[in-house]
Amino acid sequence: MPRIEKKIVVKTKQGLHARPAAMFVQIANKYSSAIVVRRDEEEVNGKSIMGILMLGADKGCEIALAVDGQDAESALMDLEAFLGKEE
Amino acid sequence: MVKKSKAELVIKGIAAASGIAAGPAFLLDQQDFVVPERAILDDEIPIEIARFEESIAHTKSEIQDIKDKIAKEVGGQESQIFDAHLLVLEDCMLIDEVKKKIASEKASAEYIFSQVLKRYIEIFENIEDAYIKERSADVSDIGRRVLKHLMGETRLHDFDTLLGDIVIVAHDISPSDAVSMYNKSILGFLTDIGGQTAHTAIIAKSLGVPAVLGLKDATLRISNQDYVIIDGRKGVVIVNPTEETKRLYEKEKAKLALVEGEYVNIKDVPAETTDGRRASLMANFELHGELPAVLRSGAEGIGLYRTEFFYMNRIDLPSEEEQFQEYRRIAEEMSPNPVVIRTLDLGGDKFVSSLQLPREMVPFLGSRAIRLCLEEQEIFRTQLRAILRASAYGNVMMMYPMIAGPGELRAANGILKGVKQRLRDKGIAFNENMPVGVMIEVPAAAMTADLLAQEVNFFSIGTNDLIQYTLAVDRANEKMAQFYEPGHPAVLRLIRRTINAAHDAGIRVGVCGEMASDPTLAVILLGLGLDSFSMSPTSIPQIKRAIRSMKFSDMEELARQALKLSTGQEVLEFMVAEIKRLVPDFYIYDAQNK
Repeated sequence: MPRIEKKIVVKTKQGLHARPAAMFVQIANKYSSAIVVRRDEEEVNGKSIMGILMLGADKGCEIALAVDGQDAESALMDLEAFLGKEE
Repeated sequence: MVKKSKAELVIKGIAAASGIAAGPAFLLDQQDFVVPERAILDDEIPIEIARFEESIAHTKSEIQDIKDKIAKEVGGQESQIFDAHLLVLEDCMLIDEVKKKIASEKASAEYIFSQVLKRYIEIFENIEDAYIKERSADVSDIGRRVLKHLMGETRLHDFDTLLGDIVIVAHDISPSDAVSMYNKSILGFLTDIGGQTAHTAIIAKSLGVPAVLGLKDATLRISNQDYVIIDGRKGVVIVNPTEETKRLYEKEKAKLALVEGEYVNIKDVPAETTDGRRASLMANFELHGELPAVLRSGAEGIGLYRTEFFYMNRIDLPSEEEQFQEYRRIAEEMSPNPVVIRTLDLGGDKFVSSLQLPREMVPFLGSRAIRLCLEEQEIFRTQLRAILRASAYGNVMMMYPMIAGPGELRAANGILKGVKQRLRDKGIAFNENMPVGVMIEVPAAAMTADLLAQEVNFFSIGTNDLIQYTLAVDRANEKMAQFYEPGHPAVLRLIRRTINAAHDAGIRVGVCGEMASDPTLAVILLGLGLDSFSMSPTSIPQIKRAIRSMKFSDMEELARQALKLSTGQEVLEFMVAEIKRLVPDFYIYDAQNK
């Protein structure tokens, strides 16, 4: 099972607050892989809206995604594409 | 994630119950997660986990239903807010944590869930982000739904678990919540809405704690556990006071304690003016737990026994036996002093779940009090039987609320006659001559007082409602507070008319509204010839002191002058100035008029 980790800059307008946080979690939950999101010292479950909201990541902030499981690659691609959207 | 440092904040509201108190704030509306801790056994762990999963599933389908309905009726955009709700319910972090803790802490699902949720909400509330703050409201909302499934219809405001001395802060306190708060160590009350005659004010007075109401946004400006000082004399709240302010108020409090010392000294002397006119001071009473306060106050009886609480906070109706036992106990405890029982005064702002009454547009002008009793005659008869039976055991008197004229009085008396006959037939003891009176609280009753006086044994003027109905001012509406004027000439004239009609017919007349507990107004009332005053027990010493400090002839003259004035404001200014002139230390303990 592959485990991939990647640093990504959050570009969505509202960072990982509000609606983007909910959408991120919805995407993450489509995959079976375990998804961990890290920002500085804090590490949360990427499939948890509570976790993502507590992270409080603003636009322009760098986070690390660690994805572990069968569909890790496509999960990471999907999430990265989402975080890169600036609209 | 840093919370702002706390500066002293002063909020002004309506002074509703006097006194000074200080302690930590307890926000009632945010306390939905007060769930009692319940330990479980090892083999109950899987059961609790299953119950938790079930409640989550229930709540999910409940929210899905609401979402679908809104999507159909309003459109997809609006229904999206429920996506966030659903996400919380599917949240793996939350769900895993609850399951793990049920097993490790061995406590009930509702307790663990409420604890976990509370922690999340606290974290969310401390994040400086408007969206997340809103989400914390979502989380509370969902939490409430899940807990409802877990706990059945149990009340979530569980006052039984309240511990320690707290200041209750709420948007509003419903009469049924207020009833549940008796016997709790509550230091005082603060609410966003409501005024001097709100139920909260009455409860506060009978508990002997201060209340400041009509604070508008107190629940937004005060946080849980904030230290607050309540000055019920001035209607002021100080949130997070400085050390200096705290010291200042400690001194004030000590001064008030001295006043109370003086009040204890006059407990057993009569309420008699310096030239020998006596008034009887009685207590308003609602719950058994208040009896010691009534006896301590030196009250010469119970002038208003409210019976609504029998009907509140329960799903069935109170039985005759249950009511009889309680009325009898109170009558015996107070004997030989009178106990004036008011028949059921439901409706208006007091509703009960056992009676599925239709909602009315204007409840205060709808089927309330005697009108409701004349419709629901079986409930009325049950109460009348209980009161009559208790009349064999003490000095029991009875009065009907909300009588608008002789028509309703005769209808009620007709039912009373039938009940008496049946008791006689069965050989059950009661006082054949139990005095029956009416409340004068509708202007129509005051205008027909001469007619009513022919058919009753006494009058009791309910000033709270009389003012509300005379001035067409909703007493629960804090925006109307300035129009709620007890000294308004129309009110004073109706009272004078009622007192004169009673005395012409040779019957006694009292006041049982908040007006009786205001020293300035009490002087007018006594000056108009009022025979008795009924008020919350904590107000009795103050009014007694006021009555004992003046001459009746002066009071009569002041009342005469006051009734010539044109506005409530003029009446109050005139009275305060004249009283100060005649009795310089009359207001010595009264921060507002000092």
